[in-house]
Amino acid sequence: MSHWQHFRVWRGDSEKGELVDYPVEVNEGEVVLDIIHRLQQTEANDLAVRWNCKAGKCGSCSAEINGMPRLMCMTRMSTFAEDEVITVTPLRTFPVIRDLVTDVSFNYTKAREIPSFAPPPDLAPGEYRMQQVDVERSQEFRKCIECYLCQNTCHVVRDHEENKENFAGPRYLMRIAELDMHPLDTADRQEAAQEEHGLGYCNITKCCTEVCPEHIKITDNALIPLKERVVDRKYDPLIWLGNKIFKRSGA
Amino acid sequence: MSSTTDASAGRAQIAARTLRTDRWWLPPLLNVVGLGAWVLYATVRAFMQEWYFVTEYNYLTPFYSPCVSVGCIPEAAHFGRILPDVWWLPYAALTLPFLLLFRLTCYYYRKAYYRSFWLSPPACAVAEPHRRYTGETRFPLLGQNLHRYFFYAAVIISIINTYDAILAFQKGDGSFGLGLGNIILLGNVILLWAYTISCHSCRSIIGGRLNHFSKHPLRYKAWQFVSRLNTKHMQLAWTTLATLAITDFYVMAVSAGWIPDLRIIN
Amino acid sequence: MSEIERHEFDVVVIGAGGAGLRAAIEARARGKRTAIISKSLFGKAHTVMAEGGCAAAMGNVNPNDNWQVHYRDTMRGGKFLNNWRMAELHAKEAPDRVWELETYGALFDRTADGKISQRNFGGHTYPRLAHVGDRTGLELIRTLQQKIVSLQQEDFKATGDYESNIRVFHECTITDLHKTDGKMSGAFGYYRNTGSFVLFSAPAVVLATGGIGKSYQVTSNSWEYTGDGHALALRAGATLINMEFLQFHPTGMVWPPSVKGILVTESVRGDGGVLRNSEGKRFMFDYIPDVFKEQYATSEEEADRWYTDPDNNRRPPELLPRDEVARAINSEVKAGRGSPHGGVFLDIASRLSPEEIQKRLPSMYHQFKELADVDITKEPMEVGPTCHYVMGGVEVDPDSGQSTVPGLFAAGECSGGMHGSNRLGGNSLSDLLVFGRRAGLGAAEYVDALGARPAVHETDVERAAERALLPFSSATDGGENPFVVQLELQKTMNDLVGIIRKADEMELALKKLEDIATRTRTVSVEGRREFNPGWHLALDLRNMLLVSLCVAKAALERQESRGGHTRDDFPVMDSDWRHVLLVCSALGEDNINLTRKEQVPMRPELFDLFELDELKKYYTGEELGGHRADQGEKA
Repeated sequence: MSHWQHFRVWRGDSEKGELVDYPVEVNEGEVVLDIIHRLQQTEANDLAVRWNCKAGKCGSCSAEINGMPRLMCMTRMSTFAEDEVITVTPLRTFPVIRDLVTDVSFNYTKAREIPSFAPPPDLAPGEYRMQQVDVERSQEFRKCIECYLCQNTCHVVRDHEENKENFAGPRYLMRIAELDMHPLDTADRQEAAQEEHGLGYCNITKCCTEVCPEHIKITDNALIPLKERVVDRKYDPLIWLGNKIFKRSGA
Repeated sequence: MSSTTDASAGRAQIAARTLRTDRWWLPPLLNVVGLGAWVLYATVRAFMQEWYFVTEYNYLTPFYSPCVSVGCIPEAAHFGRILPDVWWLPYAALTLPFLLLFRLTCYYYRKAYYRSFWLSPPACAVAEPHRRYTGETRFPLLGQNLHRYFFYAAVIISIINTYDAILAFQKGDGSFGLGLGNIILLGNVILLWAYTISCHSCRSIIGGRLNHFSKHPLRYKAWQFVSRLNTKHMQLAWTTLATLAITDFYVMAVSAGWIPDLRIIN
Repeated sequence: MSEIERHEFDVVVIGAGGAGLRAAIEARARGKRTAIISKSLFGKAHTVMAEGGCAAAMGNVNPNDNWQVHYRDTMRGGKFLNNWRMAELHAKEAPDRVWELETYGALFDRTADGKISQRNFGGHTYPRLAHVGDRTGLELIRTLQQKIVSLQQEDFKATGDYESNIRVFHECTITDLHKTDGKMSGAFGYYRNTGSFVLFSAPAVVLATGGIGKSYQVTSNSWEYTGDGHALALRAGATLINMEFLQFHPTGMVWPPSVKGILVTESVRGDGGVLRNSEGKRFMFDYIPDVFKEQYATSEEEADRWYTDPDNNRRPPELLPRDEVARAINSEVKAGRGSPHGGVFLDIASRLSPEEIQKRLPSMYHQFKELADVDITKEPMEVGPTCHYVMGGVEVDPDSGQSTVPGLFAAGECSGGMHGSNRLGGNSLSDLLVFGRRAGLGAAEYVDALGARPAVHETDVERAAERALLPFSSATDGGENPFVVQLELQKTMNDLVGIIRKADEMELALKKLEDIATRTRTVSVEGRREFNPGWHLALDLRNMLLVSLCVAKAALERQESRGGHTRDDFPVMDSDWRHVLLVCSALGEDNINLTRKEQVPMRPELFDLFELDELKKYYTGEELGGHRADQGEKA
């Protein structure tokens, strides 16, 4: 149960590059990463590709397959027709290092800019008490495997290099949402989400959610709720008035 | 033009705007057609100023509710007649702008028209045509943050629509009646409520802003309910566009005498 | 050698998995400038693959649990070959390490009273595994990664530089360790993406490189698991112990071929999943070994009652220690009662509702749906044993994690002793945290106590660079493709030093390894140095070879079956072997020397935690003299 398939793989570096055609053998049950490995072991020993767990858990093998950002290890060959040409390119939002490997340091820079978890200073380890219903929302966001497909797909930076400075990207806005919803976090994050991390750039066109291999509802459960929390703080005089009158110290 | 295709900052040099091989252009195209057709119909109807009320059965189309113009048929004006009767002012001019703004700032419709009309982006991983992009960071798009006020307004309008639908069970002569019109009006109102309640702002107000659900069990229950509806927000957005148009058309058709109302009781 | 990038640090941690990151956090907390070196990207370590949970006797679910019970379970699981001091420290400190993670921001699943929830797992007496659904490893790695970021943010506030005290070098491989006057002085390596060389001068090096699974054909381990730490330690003059003990996880995916070996978490069985053969029989009842007869249910009815009433029923045999289950599956398949693709059936579909399965085992559901197109809420999975974990590793001092080489420390999977002959599920995440911290602490204290810092010899650096470039020059001599040699090595180990071992097969394996050693020295690669996978493999290959030699030699030497070492020709456990450790040391780049060493006897008060009847199954008569029962009889 095997056949030959026409692959086009982008080969090159930051200076130049092109799509190179390869006929490759494909066996039953294989995924795109298997085919890339077969190329590596046969006609292209030096084909650069980043991968690790091969089970959709580490988020290393991100690439664009027929133009769609995907994990190569989670794209089954059976989803393509046998006569289909399969094009594999590196992520197009980040600088390319070589072939399918890109420099994803943008994401590490952004990760550092998000203030970390701030627990109550007087709470000793072992004394943390949280209810399951209170941690569930943040737990969904912590399923993130940091494959950066959302960061890569988001048109705010994909199509506008100049926005990279002011926009943290869906993954890190979701990180702010995760901490803001953490039942024990004491930091104030809402204003900074808008002012420093560029939440306002998001126009909720939902591509981050569409490409998320963990099926996290990034837009509906993280970004929009965070936008609404910012509205609470910045744009809703009713709530401002209510807080003034009742001096509520947050729910 | 786009950073994706001009290989700026060391990106892989690929000239194609997208390498997608599926029909990515179809959903935005359908959106343009669907939304465009609806807006055209709604505009024509809002300025038509006739065939909006079936006096015999008390059917009032939602496009004219509440009917507050001096030009309104007295039986249709449940809340008084205050606006001048001029051709450029729809009879429900008090509420229509809010309904429009509620939908215009809705998180789902924003996605739909940013993608299909503004092409920003037209589809995932397809380069957009704009040189610059600032999203919702400045005027006028900063105004999208006012969505929750239009949500409050939409709640009030939904109450009025509900009132209309209930009132329609009383025929013009004061006796009880039930016709296909009633079922359409009622169905429309129920779906309007579902769309309104499933709004992302509502989800936040009802419970999403809380960090300790466990201390607010009732609001948590409400939030769970709204969250479930919220996953259907897009479907509800389209369904209610359809039911609004169908309801309006039905009332128009009966009012104009093109078809008789199908009566079930009386 | 002007093109070599040079850095100076107090502590260099090699490996950015759980153990490495925890070590780095501790070293930084003790004021040491610390480098973290990772073969892959920061946050992608193999720790993410751990699914079930992190064992710690917090007693949140069953208050009867405490460190003594955990200690006993660990020793039992390791068949009493464990380094008992490590098992003791582990059992005592694991709860603190887990609670600490919460202060870093971890969000474990909760009990009704808001504490960390704990789940059942094979070999653990009580529900003990702190978990987050079935992605606990991811939670752990992300939490530690985020803690490092938070420390960097603190440093940024203080110094204006995020990397002033803790710096991550990712996609960087260390190929050699340097010693000066018998002490650690540095580490040499290359950046994977540029191929350029880098030298880290540091008096203390912590190895936290994980395991060796890539020496096997069917493994749950990723490409990184080439035994780098093991081999680096050997070449630096340190010793490895217990290398014959490999854990074959009983349940790996067997189909489709491309994912063969990928793990199916033990939680599937903990949550009610049962193993059946092709005849539909729940066969594990036939494989309960004598030593476990009292703890495991003998009928399906009793086993099923256990899930809801664990206090009054014995546990199902599906939850026996991993080695027992792996062997049982192996036997069923060999007897012709296997599934279509050469495994057995793991059935959760008929045991839980689809909603329960999706809630409790979300990533398993997705793994099968997306990789194998199997809906586990409707049909059983096909599973079989896969090489999962090496119990053996660098021989270390239990308290500080220091190897026999001053300044060289090891923690996590690449260190040896803690798990004895077999590791319990859930004990590896806690091992990482407990000994990661201890190694970081040990390294910091070592640096504090050190007078002058040893400087790396330039000649050593030159030699390391030359060795690293050898595969490029071999090309002119017509050397082999490294991928071909690797395949042969993996096949040799899989077929000849696998789950069930025989003397003649292992002798054959050693012969083949000798041949592979020659070929490994002369593999050749083409192309440039930037991100060249062939070159990377050529260098990793010598590590894989060295650890394979250790496994094969130690396995041939140990003439008994125990835990993760099963001999067809010596099928029973032999008490005379319990106290013997097999120690490997390097003989040049591609040979090793094997010696025997006596295990230090357990401290009396720890010994007394066990009943004499149980100890009799493992110990020789004269070793039992010190037990309280024995003393009581005399008194």
